Amino acid sequence: MNELINTIAIVCMIVVTISIALLLYRVIKGPTNPDRAVALDAIGINLMGMAGLSAILLVTTRLNDVILLIGILLFVGTVGLAKYLEKGVIIDRDDD
Amino acid sequence: MLFAVFLPVLLAIFIPYLSKWKENIHTGYFVLLAPLAVFLYFIPHIGNDFTPIIQSFNWIPSMDIGFDFYLDGLSLLFVLLISGIGTLVTLYSIFYLHTSERLDQFYVYLLIFMTAMFGVVLSDNVFVLYAFWELTSISSFLLIGYWNYKERSRYGALKSMLITIFGGLSMFGGFILLTSITGTTSIQEMIEQTDTILSSPYFGLILALLLLGAFTKSAQFPFHIWLPDAMEAPTPVSAYLHSATMVKAGIFLVARFSPIFSESDWFFVLVSGFGIITLIWGSFMAVRQTDLKGILAFSTISQLGMIMAMLGFGTKLAIYAAVFHILNHATFKGSLFMIAGIVDHESGTRDIRKLGGLATLMPISATLAFFGTFSMAGVPLPFLNGFYSKELFFDASLELHESSIAFANVLAQAIPYLAVFGSIFTFVYSMYLVFGTFMGKKKLDQLPAKPHEAPVGMLISPIILVVGVVIIGLFPNLVNSTFLAHTAEAIYGAPVEKHVQFWHGWNSPPLYMSLVVVGFGTVLALTIKHWSNIYQYLPGKLSLNKVYDFLVDQFEKTSARITNSYMNGSLNRYMSLILIAIVVCTFGILWITDGFAWDTSNLAEITLHEILIAAAMAVAAIFTIFTINKVASILVLGVVGYGLSLLFILYSAPDLALTQLVVETITVALFLLCFYHLPKLRERNESKTKKLSNLIISVGFGAMMTIIAISAHSTKLFEKISDYFLETSHDIGGGDNVVNVILVDMRGIDTLFEIVVLGIAALAIYGLIKLRNKKGAK
Repeated sequence: MNELINTIAIVCMIVVTISIALLLYRVIKGPTNPDRAVALDAIGINLMGMAGLSAILLVTTRLNDVILLIGILLFVGTVGLAKYLEKGVIIDRDDD
Repeated sequence: MLFAVFLPVLLAIFIPYLSKWKENIHTGYFVLLAPLAVFLYFIPHIGNDFTPIIQSFNWIPSMDIGFDFYLDGLSLLFVLLISGIGTLVTLYSIFYLHTSERLDQFYVYLLIFMTAMFGVVLSDNVFVLYAFWELTSISSFLLIGYWNYKERSRYGALKSMLITIFGGLSMFGGFILLTSITGTTSIQEMIEQTDTILSSPYFGLILALLLLGAFTKSAQFPFHIWLPDAMEAPTPVSAYLHSATMVKAGIFLVARFSPIFSESDWFFVLVSGFGIITLIWGSFMAVRQTDLKGILAFSTISQLGMIMAMLGFGTKLAIYAAVFHILNHATFKGSLFMIAGIVDHESGTRDIRKLGGLATLMPISATLAFFGTFSMAGVPLPFLNGFYSKELFFDASLELHESSIAFANVLAQAIPYLAVFGSIFTFVYSMYLVFGTFMGKKKLDQLPAKPHEAPVGMLISPIILVVGVVIIGLFPNLVNSTFLAHTAEAIYGAPVEKHVQFWHGWNSPPLYMSLVVVGFGTVLALTIKHWSNIYQYLPGKLSLNKVYDFLVDQFEKTSARITNSYMNGSLNRYMSLILIAIVVCTFGILWITDGFAWDTSNLAEITLHEILIAAAMAVAAIFTIFTINKVASILVLGVVGYGLSLLFILYSAPDLALTQLVVETITVALFLLCFYHLPKLRERNESKTKKLSNLIISVGFGAMMTIIAISAHSTKLFEKISDYFLETSHDIGGGDNVVNVILVDMRGIDTLFEIVVLGIAALAIYGLIKLRNKKGAK
């Protein structure tokens, strides 16, 4: 049983890695910056998957924090990027 | 003796207070006490029964450095010269310097100089000797630059400083070598170990270094060039430092060490050779000068060369003659300088072309000058001391010993002729000096002031010196056995008995040499206008002053060029240099110590996803180098950061992964924040070679780090400490998260200061942003 889970986790990991490699192609190639931003976001999600798989492989719960953190950071980061790409600034100055 | 040496400096402390009354009483009267007291302290030591006296005072006992004063005949001669002429010069300066001058400074420098000279001649400890030696250089520098508003004074002071300190440092090197060979810092104990020194492999170096010190101080060829420029100093200084005392420090050094070195043939070749060259060149150049003090400066150089040459001969007679001439030169040259000062003072110029016919206006000065110059020229008159030493010099040059070096034998054969040749010019400039100033037509309309006889006070010192010239001239044996014989014995190492007399009968070659000098000298002096054109061609462009100026100029230019060549303001250049240095040094050390190690026994297996992640990171990293799209490069850099956190996860380091993620995100955000202000990335137009060198440097650095990492991994010298942390983290630290226990418990200090670093960074950023618009915040 354990053997099966391990094997599946490793296979999944390799698949996720390939996915990261392909996303890397998109980040590098572009052609536009929004493409790259989205690709980076997707890499982050792959990262979450990777962390989960590692947690299964290492039989630990400590990586669960990491997964949650990646989630929140990705959101913040992507919003920041999006704002930058749209407006050119991230933090607006107070208008009042 | 300690008190005698430091008396002048102690007095110097009070000079600034005493000089406040200078309008009422000239500060010099107080100063007069110091050299006079020292002179009176040492004068009772003259006598037939003389034994050297040693007195020791601790200074740095652990380094074997102390004020060990050694009074033998040699130091007695110098101490009496320094204190005696010091007294006369101080007396002279009272009338020479007006009270409107900065007298306090002058006398403080002069008193420092006196202490320094006493220390040089009395010290038995080489390092103390060196300390006093440098003190003479510094105080001489201050005195030459006394009128520091004059450009020439500053130039002369700097030149003398550079040359004498250069020599002083070489001498210091020689002393260190001597000390390490003999294991003692005492000169007398070194003399006892002469054989050890002579057989040492460093002997040549020691000889060269010490002679370099002596030659620079004593203005020997080719280091004589500072002395004529030092004539910008006030005349009492020139008379004291640059004729009688400081320039004889080098002579003293050679004399002091000649018991060690005189065994060596090279000592003879170098000292005599340079001495003779200096003698000829100095007297040859003196004829060319138009300034009274310029003539006297070159004359001093020439006479010092003569003394140096005699020390180099190393025979009994030559040493005695050298000692005799040290005394004689001090008397007549001191008086001549003072007379030159009087002429300058009373007529307003020292230019010999404007002077003439002053004998009737200044009869006393003229008489003194005649005695001084005729003694300097060595005219055979029975009441001039210069003649005796010159005749002894000729006599000594005729009886040089055979040497094992062929060149030295040639030199020994040539020296009598060279000595006569140099002495002819000595005669010429002496006559030129005295007749040009005091005889001939009066040119009163060209003089800035109306010349008249000097005040009595000014004349006292030169009169005393000239009386000394005549007394030694009339009764040369007065100073022989009581005084000079001890000095010569100290230099030669064995008793020297010499009876000096004026008349040797017709059968004496030195007399004929003297007559040849006088004959040829008279002819040349009378026809000076016909042959003085030679000075346009010789030295002409070969002048050593030009060499000095060129060297100083080139030093500045070359060092500026070297500095500018690498300090070009480009960070790229500095980074390249730093990295090249690191790479070269590291590879060098690896190569020398054979430090590279390769051990694969302890490696984990590599999995496919690790390879893929590493490959993705590598591709992303390489891409950031080549992209010119700002946002893209940041995003791709983000990939590298996320990849790294992924590796942390795979290697089960959750805390690191957490931190890495947060930091990576913040960094990306920060980059985006300041993008608005950053310049556009652009294609850099660099040459192929530049790109290639950058490539080589970066690849080299990367390779170096890789090799270091491999070697470090393959070399396990000690047990890991991490096991200890794993075992004890729960028991000692009370926590199961080992990383955090280490951070806050086992190694909490590191964490504390990293918090401080973050705090400082935050404050600095805040300051930079808030203060950037305020004026004056630059």
